[in-house]
Amino acid sequence: MSIINRRTLLKTGGTFVAGACLPLTNIRLAFADQSQDFTFAYISDSHIQHIKGTKFVRNWDQGLKRAVAEANLMSPKPDFVMYGGDLAQLGTREELDHGFEIMSALKHKTHYVMGEHDYYADLGEYWSSQVGKQYYSFDHKGVHIIVLNSILTDDHWTHERWANGTERMGVMAGLDDPRGSPFMVGAAQRKWLANDLKGVSKDTPIIVFSHSPLQKLFKNWNFWTDDAELVQAILQPFDSVTVFYGHVHQIQYNQIGNITFHSVMATAWPWPYPESYAQAENHMPHLTVPINRADPFFERDATGWQYVDINSGKATVKFSLTENEPRTVGYDAKRGYPLDTKYVSRSKPPQNHY
Amino acid sequence: MKKIFSITAIVLFFSIQTGFAEPLGLPPVPIPADNPQSKAKIALGEKLFNDPRFSSTGDVSCATCHDAAKGFADGPLKTSEGIKGLTGTRNAPTILNAAFMKSQFWDGREPDLEGQSKGPFINPVEMGLENHDPILTLVRDDRAYWKMFRKVFGLKKKNALTMDHVAKAIASFERTIISGNSPFDHYYFTNNKAAMTPSAVRGFNVFLEQGRCVSCHTVSQTHALFTDSRFHNLNVNFNSISGGVQALAKRQQQEKADGVDLDVSILTDKAVAELGRFVVTGQWRDIGAFKTPTLRNVDLTAPYMHDGSIKTLEDVVDFYNNGGFVKAGDPVNSFQSGGIRPLGLNDTQKADLVAFLKMLTSPLN
Repeated sequence: MSIINRRTLLKTGGTFVAGACLPLTNIRLAFADQSQDFTFAYISDSHIQHIKGTKFVRNWDQGLKRAVAEANLMSPKPDFVMYGGDLAQLGTREELDHGFEIMSALKHKTHYVMGEHDYYADLGEYWSSQVGKQYYSFDHKGVHIIVLNSILTDDHWTHERWANGTERMGVMAGLDDPRGSPFMVGAAQRKWLANDLKGVSKDTPIIVFSHSPLQKLFKNWNFWTDDAELVQAILQPFDSVTVFYGHVHQIQYNQIGNITFHSVMATAWPWPYPESYAQAENHMPHLTVPINRADPFFERDATGWQYVDINSGKATVKFSLTENEPRTVGYDAKRGYPLDTKYVSRSKPPQNHY
Repeated sequence: MKKIFSITAIVLFFSIQTGFAEPLGLPPVPIPADNPQSKAKIALGEKLFNDPRFSSTGDVSCATCHDAAKGFADGPLKTSEGIKGLTGTRNAPTILNAAFMKSQFWDGREPDLEGQSKGPFINPVEMGLENHDPILTLVRDDRAYWKMFRKVFGLKKKNALTMDHVAKAIASFERTIISGNSPFDHYYFTNNKAAMTPSAVRGFNVFLEQGRCVSCHTVSQTHALFTDSRFHNLNVNFNSISGGVQALAKRQQQEKADGVDLDVSILTDKAVAELGRFVVTGQWRDIGAFKTPTLRNVDLTAPYMHDGSIKTLEDVVDFYNNGGFVKAGDPVNSFQSGGIRPLGLNDTQKADLVAFLKMLTSPLN
């Protein structure tokens, strides 16, 4: 590298300038109505963990506090903040209260998604008493926004197997616990969803928030929703659908038909890509971007949060990664699927099964 | 003492050029392709470095704040005094081994010594010149300087002499200010177990393990620079701005966009100075983050941290042991690096760690 290039690069710190100070919009369709564009912040998977008394795990607290502090620096302000689920680790009142208290420092309106760590201790009772509905929809600047509780499972597992809620939560909290059960949206919510979408025109952009991926990626770790194909079938008739999910603690993106999928980062810790763990063939999206192992010394390494620009109903996701370079994943209108703006060397098309 | 040091440095430089081993514990000094070392250039750089005529008042040189007798730093001052006793916002970092740093200044705003050396001349609280013109006038008109520049850079006309030549000469001199060969180096790289005291040997173990020091102050198998060249928010004095980071960050980025010189705003605006690396990159992850300094000769370079706010090595160890604060109950800011957390060291471990840090002092000859 020539000294001039290195100098220029180091002096300017690269091309990235102050995050949301100047939101980049790399997708704008010719017929787009700019008044429909907006930005929201997305924080997820903080896993606030109670030790005893007033003591909580410092690392998880700091991860969430950092995301909140950074989101408060956004200029212009985001229209709202979505919290993607797993605010707590074991779903106790202490953990949820502590998490809500840290979140209360946010200067923006906040919506919540239910995660399995918030749910299985008391089947979402305390969370609902503080947040409200577990699934709901609203309209924002021409986009129809849907929040689902996608971490439910069958009644027998939920109600019959465990001595109490604490035991049930403990099993579901283990990422690879073989006694766990696949997540699902469930028949009742699917019916609600179909009904909710009845009055929505097919050209209205749809954004869906769920905690688990509404696709089938890796069952062993519940990177999975068991009725994903049924939910997708309800969404598929719409021209433009974008699904955001947490749970996986890593960056993923995919396209199935009209549905674009984006994962969001955790503030707590990263999961490795399961491909490296699976012993048999699996169907994780082909990896085109090398990811370094998180450095255990830097507790924030490979964690972060993100904000999302919606232009013409399509999403550009901007990841703020504490110990790493920022990354941007946006919808490529020509190719018809999302791409990382830096790592565009993908040679294979995305998977098109569930 | 100053003289002895520079002569030693020059000797070391030639040992590198001719393929002899560099000081124990150091890698070869990186030399940029467009600024090769020469004996005459180094001598010119040293002359420039020590010459106070390049300040507006004629009494401040580079050496004023980077004093060889003080480990090329400026203890016990928290922040150095430039012209008319004016002070900036940051503790003068040592020049020792600055040649190995991947960026210069506490916030890395200059990529190399050449770039760094131009800044202080025209900073209003350092050497206070309006611009670089008086320097060029002086070195062109001064017979001794012109003779040296002509010879070193092969210049034919006086107006071909630019600030880049001045910067290159100073940088060349600074690349000779290197130090290794400490008791630690003998202990670690030549396996001389008697080179460090038993307390320091125990302290090295704390440094590597429970103290978590080595993750940023790195030691490799063949050499030890004691820095990762990265930037971290430790929570040193950040709470002085944590109430208004949003407005401050916005103001600073606006000023930068409007063309306000970073060198000036960083050294004259205390609040902006605390934003650290952020002022350079504009990235949220760099808020309040400062470059990891080397630990070589750290016993000579008190006071410590980017603002010189901690007086002794004992207090620095306490600061880290507490998880990034001096007094119990001091708040930890939301942007603090995930590398900093309470360490749980006992008094013996803390004393051993300080004993180890004192083994990093290099002999002067």
